[in-house]
Amino acid sequence: MIFPDKNVLVNEVDTLVRKYGNGRESLLPILQDIQRKFGFISDFAMQEVAHQLNIHPVEVYGVVTFYSFLSTEPKGKYVIRLCKTISCELAGKDAVANTLERELNLKFGETSMDRKFTLEYCHCIGMCDQGPAMLINESVYTKLTPSKVIEIIESLK
Amino acid sequence: MPIINDTLFFDEKAHGEALERALMMSPQEVVMEIRESGLRGRGGAGFPTGTKWMLALSAKADKKFVVCNADEGEPGTFKDRVLLSEYTKLVLEGMVIGGYAIQAQKGFIYLRGEYAYLLEHLNTFLERMRKENRLGDNILGTSFSFDIEIRLGSGAYVCGEETALIESLEGHRGEARNRPPFPVNTGYLGYPTIVNNVETFACAYIVMSKGAQWFAKYGTEKSKGMKLISVSGDCKKPGVYEVPFGITVKELLELVQADRTKAVQIGGASGICIPMSEINRNISFEDIPTGGSVIIFNEDRSMLKVLRNFMEFFVEESCGQCTPCRVGNKKLLEGVEMLEKGECSHRYLNELIELGKTMQIASKCGLGQSSPNPFISIVTNFKDEIMSNSIRGNNGR
Amino acid sequence: MADKIVEGRAPVSQKPHTVESKENGDIGGLIEIEINGRPYSVPFGITILEACKRNNIHIPTLCYHEDLCLAGACRVCVVEIEGIRTLQAACAYPITGKIKVWTTSERVRKARRHILDLLLSEHYGECYSCVRNNNCELQTLAKEYGVDFYRFGHIKEKRYEVDRSSYAIVRDMDKCVLCKRCVRTCIDLQEVGVLEATRRGYATLISTFMDKPMLDVICINCGQCINRCPTGALRAKDPSDDIWRAIDDPTKHVVIQTAPSIRAAIGEEFGLPPGNSMTGQMVTALRMIGFDRVFDTNFAADLTIMEEGTELLLRLKRKLLFGDETVKLPQFTSCSPGWIKFIEHFYPEYLEYLSTCKSPQQMFGAVIKTFYAQEMGLDPSNIITVAVMPCTAKKFECNRPEMNSSGFKDIDYGLTTRELAQMIKEAGIYLPELPKSHFDEPFGDASGAGLIFGATGGVMEAALRTVYEIVTGRPVPFENLAITPCRGMDGVRQASVVLNDVKDEWKFLEGIELKFMIAHGTANAKKVMEALIRGELEGYHFVEIMACPGGCIGGGGQPIPTSPEIRKKRAEAIYKEDAELPIRKSHENPHIKYIYEKFLVDGPCGHISHKLLHTHYTKRGKYIV
Ligand SMILES: Cc1cc2nc3c(=O)[nH]c(=O)nc-3n(C[C@H](O)[C@H](O)[C@H](O)COP(=O)(O)O)c2cc1C
Ligand code: SF4
Ligand code: SF4
Ligand code: SF4
Ligand code: SF4
Ligand code: FES
Ligand code: FES
Repeated sequence: MIFPDKNVLVNEVDTLVRKYGNGRESLLPILQDIQRKFGFISDFAMQEVAHQLNIHPVEVYGVVTFYSFLSTEPKGKYVIRLCKTISCELAGKDAVANTLERELNLKFGETSMDRKFTLEYCHCIGMCDQGPAMLINESVYTKLTPSKVIEIIESLK
Repeated sequence: MPIINDTLFFDEKAHGEALERALMMSPQEVVMEIRESGLRGRGGAGFPTGTKWMLALSAKADKKFVVCNADEGEPGTFKDRVLLSEYTKLVLEGMVIGGYAIQAQKGFIYLRGEYAYLLEHLNTFLERMRKENRLGDNILGTSFSFDIEIRLGSGAYVCGEETALIESLEGHRGEARNRPPFPVNTGYLGYPTIVNNVETFACAYIVMSKGAQWFAKYGTEKSKGMKLISVSGDCKKPGVYEVPFGITVKELLELVQADRTKAVQIGGASGICIPMSEINRNISFEDIPTGGSVIIFNEDRSMLKVLRNFMEFFVEESCGQCTPCRVGNKKLLEGVEMLEKGECSHRYLNELIELGKTMQIASKCGLGQSSPNPFISIVTNFKDEIMSNSIRGNNGR
Repeated sequence: MADKIVEGRAPVSQKPHTVESKENGDIGGLIEIEINGRPYSVPFGITILEACKRNNIHIPTLCYHEDLCLAGACRVCVVEIEGIRTLQAACAYPITGKIKVWTTSERVRKARRHILDLLLSEHYGECYSCVRNNNCELQTLAKEYGVDFYRFGHIKEKRYEVDRSSYAIVRDMDKCVLCKRCVRTCIDLQEVGVLEATRRGYATLISTFMDKPMLDVICINCGQCINRCPTGALRAKDPSDDIWRAIDDPTKHVVIQTAPSIRAAIGEEFGLPPGNSMTGQMVTALRMIGFDRVFDTNFAADLTIMEEGTELLLRLKRKLLFGDETVKLPQFTSCSPGWIKFIEHFYPEYLEYLSTCKSPQQMFGAVIKTFYAQEMGLDPSNIITVAVMPCTAKKFECNRPEMNSSGFKDIDYGLTTRELAQMIKEAGIYLPELPKSHFDEPFGDASGAGLIFGATGGVMEAALRTVYEIVTGRPVPFENLAITPCRGMDGVRQASVVLNDVKDEWKFLEGIELKFMIAHGTANAKKVMEALIRGELEGYHFVEIMACPGGCIGGGGQPIPTSPEIRKKRAEAIYKEDAELPIRKSHENPHIKYIYEKFLVDGPCGHISHKLLHTHYTKRGKYIV
């Protein structure tokens, strides 16, 4: 979904607040659901959530910018997060990174124009014994090699 | 992927009735049993679990919480993932035991966002426990009620720190809190809360199933029981190993078939890096404590590159609230960059080591207190390599 | 201290500790500790910092502020405690055991120095071009610790653009030390929520919602964040260059008015302790600087009381006598522009409760550009009106488009106490040594009622002195006119007076208990508004709200630093001066009588005053676009 309509968002936030409650401790679950559903948390969504939880929009913004997996910018349908931490680096992360950039025609930190792919780095995802590893949305891919990466991307394209 | 090596402790089939046994005892008795086992927290700091539970049990409050720290963000650690997916019962029933011991009503699993794919499995398991009356109201027919909710993290390493974790649970930025007061007094929403590592809960289960005596037979004087170690890096057989505390680094290296080893990073990015001359040291709270991450570097690796990777990690993953950690890590990283360019004088390097020591004592939480560890240990233990890089003006390898 | 506001949203760990003694549960009991090898006996549960303060042991701080909840973030205050490996933040560590503390050990000194070195390495700013030069906590610390070189280098390039979009607040994040005092001020103390830490790690930055310019977010311009910022990262927008230009321009007639709370605080800018009134000296200084006329805003405060008091009586009449249910009561005061913007944003449906009176500053501006211009035979377009205010929100207020009912901008420039002190210094004047002089005619004298506007509760007290007397013909039944329930520093206060033996024309008020409420700091204003919404203000008639903690004496334009103690001193100075004045009631001010005879001929709340002295409000709402 691209740039959700305000009404859709209001309803969504309403539903989520009903589901999780309107205390501050519901903030992260609510934001995570919005992120998952819309691919980002728009400034309107942040304000709507803030008002429903009776906190200030800037507090929500502070939280969203704190966590790597929440974003205020639209992300692609597939968010690819390549681990750049030490064990994966030892295992050959650089070659995988090059392949990803080349095949997706994206730099790390970018989202494709069609909002299909977002390419990012992340820190250790707990697959260090099977590195290099990456996450695509919530699935893990391990023991990556350039050819394996090409295969994976082709299957998503 | 299961645990490698003979799994003496972490084997569901080898255990049973831990929860039943615990619920037949009084909470005080459960806490005493855990105390007697000598179990210390497996998350890294090694705080005696029995003591923590005792403090929470004696705290007076109308609500109490149990938090299972499944944030496992320490680079090179993945044993909690294995426990959660393969040995789920040990962990979850361990939590129920913890809940009973401190008389809590609710438990949270703070699962790192990177492990979101475990959600389904965990929820199914929780549902099964509820059906079997091992969770929910009046567990196993007793008057004890307890439920567990899973909360996801969203990609912030510092949220593994227990007070930052609680902040995060409360919907705040994951910034570590002032201590005292400690979570056992003033935790989630201000209520007494115990935060324990995934493995700690599994161990608690084992203690309750086999008894404190049995548990304490393993390990060393001050580090009882077996430990899970996640091994990665340059070796033939990386993976999760169950080893007794007190195992030497050398033995471990043989076990995982590492050769041409140059250095071993123990305790993840916030641990220390030892050279081959120290591999007779052992893994225990007496010598080298660890939450379970061992990363092996062979002779082809540039230690500066390794160090840069670690420091970049901390610059990005610090919560950013306190000065020593927020700015200090940046200065250390800049120091590494200077070393790479051959611009760091020995004097300035010493200045940075002193800064690291300040960070170790003046930072607000464990992140800043331990982030200088790799810097200090690598530049001290591999000074020749690092300074020679400096003279040649590039890092060579 | 009463106006510490720590309930509510601060995370538990940041609230003051409520620890119980393990042994005897004796909060408030004494405990024996050792500091630097000497024994001390301190109350159980207080922090190390507090214990040291009480015993005259200095510990440097940066993120700690008396008005705010704990942060424990800067780590400048670290001390060593025997038996604990790591150093502990003195500001956050509660004493609950017989600890031994070292405040200046080698480890401590080295750590503090390192922390300063780190802060300075990232600090882009030059002291000699900074408003906070000589009054900057970072600078002071650097001096205290003998910083004579940049141990860890020094940042060479600016990282952030200076945000000058707001009428009142300028943000220069390159000077920010991330102490989060502004965040805690804006969120906890003021409940406005403009600023928050965003991002994390080295990238951490204090920012607004979506990093928008200050003008585009919901800021009430109260300036409380400025007053608590330890550095020059936050400052007020300074119009003094324009004012100098006007003074130097012979065709301009430059008129300055000074608010009641300035005199009580400006001495601090010249090194005097808080609580010294500098009224006469200040007037002299302003003449020496070259202002053509120096007026006292207290006059306009008296005018406000006439208008606002009458408005209240009219509302009561419409409601009680004519049964008009559309009349909104209680009536809320409207002289604090920060509060006005607060209610416009957060409670736009309740604007009708506000008095329609302009603030004294704006009333005065309107009077100067009409009545005064007439009397003096001046062309209003050549008059420049400057208002020295304790307040940064006044800078925004004078730029409101509706504030020009005379056809001219009521007030051209809003100047703060700090900026005025700067101008006085620039003119080579040392204020405390000046002879005293009087404000200019035709608004020379003002009443004590106008003066006490400067402290929280003052407007209420002034209004009661007049309203009560109008209705009953007798002075308020309080000794020496000091309506003590109005005074003090509790966040929300309430009281009442019964109207007995009223004059015939006010018969409908006979026996009525006039109930009023006072709140200061917008977090407290929020509490009052929530109570109003819940219907709990039924039966109340008049509510005074000041946006700033302590009222104007604690305004965002006042000398830095601020603390409960300082605000108390300033308030005392004002009440003392009031008690000494010959005229203490607004309606007895002869200049007020004169202006109603000569100019506002149809009386308070008549047509002329409606046009010039009253205003309307905008429903702004809380969405940021
Ligand atoms: C930066 C940082 C990250 C941490 N990450 C984790 C973690 O991922 N998992 C964990 O169990 N403990 C982690 N800890 C340790 C926790 O703060 C806490 O000590 C632990 O959860 C207590 O459990 P235990 O006593 O069972 O070890 C971390 C500590 C720090 C300072
Ligand atoms: S040490 Fe680092 S992570 Fe911990 S509070 Fe300080 S800045 Fe945050
Ligand atoms: S903020 Fe302080 S240290 Fe920085 S330039 Fe201004 S006066 Fe100097
Ligand atoms: S001026 Fe007041 S409202 Fe605006 S940011 Fe500062 S404290 Fe907040
Ligand atoms: S702007 Fe000022 S008060 Fe706010 S965090 Fe920065 S230095 Fe502190
Ligand atoms: S280092 Fe890449 S998954 Fe752990
Ligand atoms: S003043 Fe104590 S940590 Fe900042």
